[in-house]
Amino acid sequence: MTMTNSETKADRISGTRLGYRFNIIGMVGLSVILFWALIAIFAPLIIPYPVGEIVDLDYFGPMSRDFWLGSDYLGRDMLSRILMGARYTVGISLAAVTIACFSGVMLGMFAAVAGGWLDTVLSRFLDALNSIPSKLFGLVVVAAVGSSIPVLILTLSVIYIPGAYRFARALAVNINAMDFITVARIRGESTLYLIRSEILPNIVGPVLADLGIRFVFIVLLLSGLSFLGLGVQPPYADWGALVRENIGGLPFGAPAVMAPSFAIASLTISVNLLIDNLPKKIRDRSE
Amino acid sequence: MNNRVLSLVLSRLLIALITLVIVSFAVFFATTLLPGDTATILLGQAATPEAVEGLRKAMHLDDPAIFRFLRWIVGLLQGDLGTSYANEMPVADLIGGRFINTLQLAGVTALFSVPIALTLGITAAMLRGSLYDRAVTVLTIGVISVPEFMIATSAVLIFAVYLKWLPALSFANEVTSLTELLRIYAMPVITLTFVISAQMIRMTRAAVIETLNTPYVEMALLKGASRPRIVFRHALPNALGPIVNAVALSLSYLLGGVIIVETIFNYPGIAKLMVDAVATRDLPLIQSCAMIFCLGYLLLITAADIIAILSNPRLR
Repeated sequence: MTMTNSETKADRISGTRLGYRFNIIGMVGLSVILFWALIAIFAPLIIPYPVGEIVDLDYFGPMSRDFWLGSDYLGRDMLSRILMGARYTVGISLAAVTIACFSGVMLGMFAAVAGGWLDTVLSRFLDALNSIPSKLFGLVVVAAVGSSIPVLILTLSVIYIPGAYRFARALAVNINAMDFITVARIRGESTLYLIRSEILPNIVGPVLADLGIRFVFIVLLLSGLSFLGLGVQPPYADWGALVRENIGGLPFGAPAVMAPSFAIASLTISVNLLIDNLPKKIRDRSE
Repeated sequence: MNNRVLSLVLSRLLIALITLVIVSFAVFFATTLLPGDTATILLGQAATPEAVEGLRKAMHLDDPAIFRFLRWIVGLLQGDLGTSYANEMPVADLIGGRFINTLQLAGVTALFSVPIALTLGITAAMLRGSLYDRAVTVLTIGVISVPEFMIATSAVLIFAVYLKWLPALSFANEVTSLTELLRIYAMPVITLTFVISAQMIRMTRAAVIETLNTPYVEMALLKGASRPRIVFRHALPNALGPIVNAVALSLSYLLGGVIIVETIFNYPGIAKLMVDAVATRDLPLIQSCAMIFCLGYLLLITAADIIAILSNPRLR
């Protein structure tokens, strides 16, 4: 009874504004994502202690009333550090996924519309790029140019451009075979117009769903790189770097080790849940 | 095998070869484009200009990049991996023993994860929609959407900290007995098995379900064949190609997992060597490790593609 109530309520909330119906699991995913987005924006206003300040006499302190998630290896408040870490994890990943999907989708649509040798060369080149394991690519780039936030954003986006390209190209090739494209071509429309006004509106739903999945990959890769000490550098720390800093607390079962991992897991699982429960209208529009 | 299959396989191998050339190009230039002069870095700040000039000559640093690339590739093909910047040892010697350690880790993981994943994946597909299937699906999605180091730290917390069954760190060079060997391998293998199995279960389940949706399986169902008979006689032989393809593809995830697992458990393998080389910016070592990893990855995905081609009965 309560279940159906909340479900219809959830439907009403989202349904009236967007014209789409989300189910309850999708709504849960969406709310966790919104929660982390708000945290990332307002973190400096809500952290209980300054991030760099040693506030606990004990290091690897347990959870307590004063320190909700315990303290880290220097005695800094873990909750504050995780809240601030959200800015780096969410911000860098969001920037990278935006660049990756924008470039990938643009190139994909262009290749599909242009066709011919351009399509072949571009596809072959990006496929080759795709067959470098992603963590390895990150390692090599960091070894070559060092790690800074702009370098990280660019590297992560370059790694995921081929995937976005392949996905968008496959969708765009299907649309490109439709009659209304032929009509537009006969009208003498430019390639740019075809991409912007004829193809993009028809693939935008699946592309957005793909963006979500790629966002999860990027969050995981960024955390992995930071965990290896090659991602976000001190004094800043994203969630992966927080796990690395505090790995010494593992034998004591300190909350400082697991809490950032749980933050990552909550974000990535929520995005997956949201994507899996997207209304069919968004997800499969082209099919 | 007829001509069509042969040409498909050959073209796939050719693509892999071209990819390898592009990849080696990318690896070489990514590592040579770095700011700073290699000779100056090697000799330190106090070096005289004459010494730097001499070393530049000796290392052919003044040659155009394309010549250095070709020299590097030819050396690589002849088994000359260069000399490490950090400790002046031949890279081949540094990699040798550690490469075997990594292969052992990967081999043991495959030995465990393949049977586990196939059993779970195939049974989940057979009982599609059941509680069991949903539990397996949720679990695999959960494992796939968390970082590898979280699996590793959780495993340490459960098996080493709370249950106290296993040591938290492993050092493969201090092995004296079989039980010790088992204890050392246990934690990295458990972690990697989780990561790889989750991928494999997902792909196997999808492959079997796709086969179960075909008309001939529906036909078998309509003629009254029992469920196990449908799966084992009709579906599985046809799903074998896609399943082996899925296994090879998921084994390529070992590469990413191995980097994290070797670092966290201090395992003396080639991935740990590479992460350390990145910290010291030891370029010849990074280049060689990167090429080994890319080669392994390409071998696996090419094998997966070729198996998919060979198993397609329409091409036979």
